[in-house]
Amino acid sequence: MAKAKDTVSRTVMVALVLSIVFSVVVSTAAVTLRPAQIKNQNLDIKTNILSASGMLEPGASADEIESTFERFDVRLVDLDSGEFVEPSAVGVKDPMKYDMYKAASDPAMSTDIPPSEDKAGIKRRPNVAKVYTLSENGELKRVVLPIHGYGLWSTLYGFMALEGDLNTIEGLGFYSHAETPGLGGEVDNPSWKQQWEGKELYADDPTEPQIRLVKGGVNADAKNKEHKVDALSGATLTSRGVQQLVNYWMGDRGFAPFLKKLREGEV
Amino acid sequence: MAGVSAKEVLFEPIFSNNPIALQILGICSALAVTTSMNVTIVMCLAVIAVTAFSNLAVSLVRTQIPGSIRIIVQMTIIASLVIVVDQVLKAYAYEISKQLSVFVGLIITNCIVMGRAEGFAMNNTPGMSFLDGVGNGLGYSVMLLFVAFFRELFGAGSLFGVTLLPSVNEGGWYVTNGLLLLPPSAFFIIGLAIWGLRTWKPEQVEEKDYKLSAHKVKEAF
Repeated sequence: MAKAKDTVSRTVMVALVLSIVFSVVVSTAAVTLRPAQIKNQNLDIKTNILSASGMLEPGASADEIESTFERFDVRLVDLDSGEFVEPSAVGVKDPMKYDMYKAASDPAMSTDIPPSEDKAGIKRRPNVAKVYTLSENGELKRVVLPIHGYGLWSTLYGFMALEGDLNTIEGLGFYSHAETPGLGGEVDNPSWKQQWEGKELYADDPTEPQIRLVKGGVNADAKNKEHKVDALSGATLTSRGVQQLVNYWMGDRGFAPFLKKLREGEV
Repeated sequence: MAGVSAKEVLFEPIFSNNPIALQILGICSALAVTTSMNVTIVMCLAVIAVTAFSNLAVSLVRTQIPGSIRIIVQMTIIASLVIVVDQVLKAYAYEISKQLSVFVGLIITNCIVMGRAEGFAMNNTPGMSFLDGVGNGLGYSVMLLFVAFFRELFGAGSLFGVTLLPSVNEGGWYVTNGLLLLPPSAFFIIGLAIWGLRTWKPEQVEEKDYKLSAHKVKEAF
């Protein structure tokens, strides 16, 4: 028997049958579980948006998150002009389906950032970004903007939520990063994130965000304290990364043109 | 190996023949996924499932596998199972699968899985092989949970995400030990665990490769 199973034809047969059987197993698993996975991913993004804008009830169920999120409008924005664009301009029907991070690696849908301007360390920027707005009775209440940039080890992906005046920060949160646990990883610490609430992005010039992460905490009588956030202890580079990426995305290469038009009611 | 009982196959690997402590296999993931108990438990379940079912599958087809391609056959079986496990986690335990990230995929390269397939499942019946897979998975899990217990408790002041020692960062009194959240700390804990285990079961101590003897050669001066 040992001889029979070691012939070339038998070996080829076994390899072939095995490959077919296991490709069927793997593809069945992938196909049948796909809907549940997509649902999870979407729910995760919605949870992060609500969490950044301070609208996430602790222990909210999936349905509650969905229904709270319904109140947001999902819109696409051309970053250079600052104007809304139709989803068809980026080849999708539903704006929720547009992936700006995938677009950033497509030369036709993104722009190179010159190294001198690349404060966030992201190299390419998509032309169109996905933003989330919340209006009540025609009045703008919240705008949630996606932000990302390099920290110490990894690219941090997150959301920045602004109040209706488009200057006051409602909240900030990162949903994906690989910073050092316990040091840079403390960007996830709720009490650190809480400090961002009420900080102001701009001083006089609405294209120059003034956010600074400072060492040693922010005293109540500190100068410009409305722009200052306590840096993370033991994580100088992660803190610097967060400061740079916030200022990049809120600056004139990021969302400033859009925020300006939105503030003036032009879009 | 004909005389082994089901009970031995299932429980031997937990303390007497622990894959991590005695065979020193699977250390990579023991460093990577042990920062919190919740994540560790999911990883352990994933590894138990993969070792058990890959042993079962390899054992079922063991008489058909040609010797020349047996390793690649085992690899295919293991890799497929890992992909299935990864997909299931993404669908039903999304939060934790995000934290485990690549380490679920890396179960493919976990030496324990392949070691059991080649060392046990190729020569034993499907039922026994399945139990052997579960047993070795449990041995791996015991060690990982032990490491994760200390890392989470002293590194983050919590267990299963429930705060037990309120940390200074959150306004409590406990100064967290940052080293325990970094991978090298798992080496220390595993080392201490192996020391403890070998003190308890001295038969696990390896024979020395060399022996010191008195210096006998007279020096020239």
